[in-house]
Amino acid sequence: MPAGTLYRGREGMWSWVAHRVTGVLIFFFLFVHVLDTALVRVSPEAYDTVVATYKTPIVALLEYGLVAAILFHALNGLRVIAVDFWVKGARYQKQMLWTVVALWVVLMIGAIYPVLGHAARELFGS
Amino acid sequence: MSTTETPASGIGPVEGDSLYSVDNPAPVIEPPRKRTKKTPKSTRGNFELAAWLFMRLSGVVLVVLVIGHLLIQLVLDGGVSKIGFAFVAGRWASPFWQVWDLLMLWLAMLHGANGLRTVINDYAERPNTRLWLKGLLYTATVFTILLGTLVIFTFDPNIR
Repeated sequence: MPAGTLYRGREGMWSWVAHRVTGVLIFFFLFVHVLDTALVRVSPEAYDTVVATYKTPIVALLEYGLVAAILFHALNGLRVIAVDFWVKGARYQKQMLWTVVALWVVLMIGAIYPVLGHAARELFGS
Repeated sequence: MSTTETPASGIGPVEGDSLYSVDNPAPVIEPPRKRTKKTPKSTRGNFELAAWLFMRLSGVVLVVLVIGHLLIQLVLDGGVSKIGFAFVAGRWASPFWQVWDLLMLWLAMLHGANGLRTVINDYAERPNTRLWLKGLLYTATVFTILLGTLVIFTFDPNIR
């Protein structure tokens, strides 16, 4: 890394990349999610059939990934707002990123049982 | 305005007297984006500023709405296992959750659409590609917002 590079290849750049990637993924899920929810206007059976796929172990894992993307995008979004509006935001952007990462890890550990518990029970028996 | 009096080099001596004096004033440089009679006002408006501000304002609201939504749908009361037509009917019986979901739908779609608009602006270089990608994006966005709004407002728990 060239000396004096403040942004490229460092926390600022990678948090921007992660924010962009998670944002695009969440947006694509949102399209699908509005469409599947729209099935409540077709029939209860159609809706329940599609929602049943959301309860399978593989999709549960995808949901865990969705939670991961949303939590990072939400926490890092608050950090971006702090950088923009808080006078000392830019100075503490690195510390704030590591706070975001730490909070994210804690929340993701907390989400394991609620989001993946039912899948584990299905796979390994209760 | 006049640049005829400009010396060969605009750079003055590092030390000593200034290059310019009362008799030899520095040239006036016209601001590059100065308004003229032809363009008295900005023709572009402040759309990008509004979009920038919207991302931050909607973002704060969405943090509350979406994390609340995730808690209800994926964490509390059995997580995803409880979700079904009956569960949706129970929640949309309350105007509070209707407004919650409606607000979340609109803000999330507009926030996401503007985000993707930025991504297209960044990576699609050919004018035609940009036009088509944005056309697709705006069409899909309007369709999804209208469909979701219609579903929330016309939901019928006794459909069967």
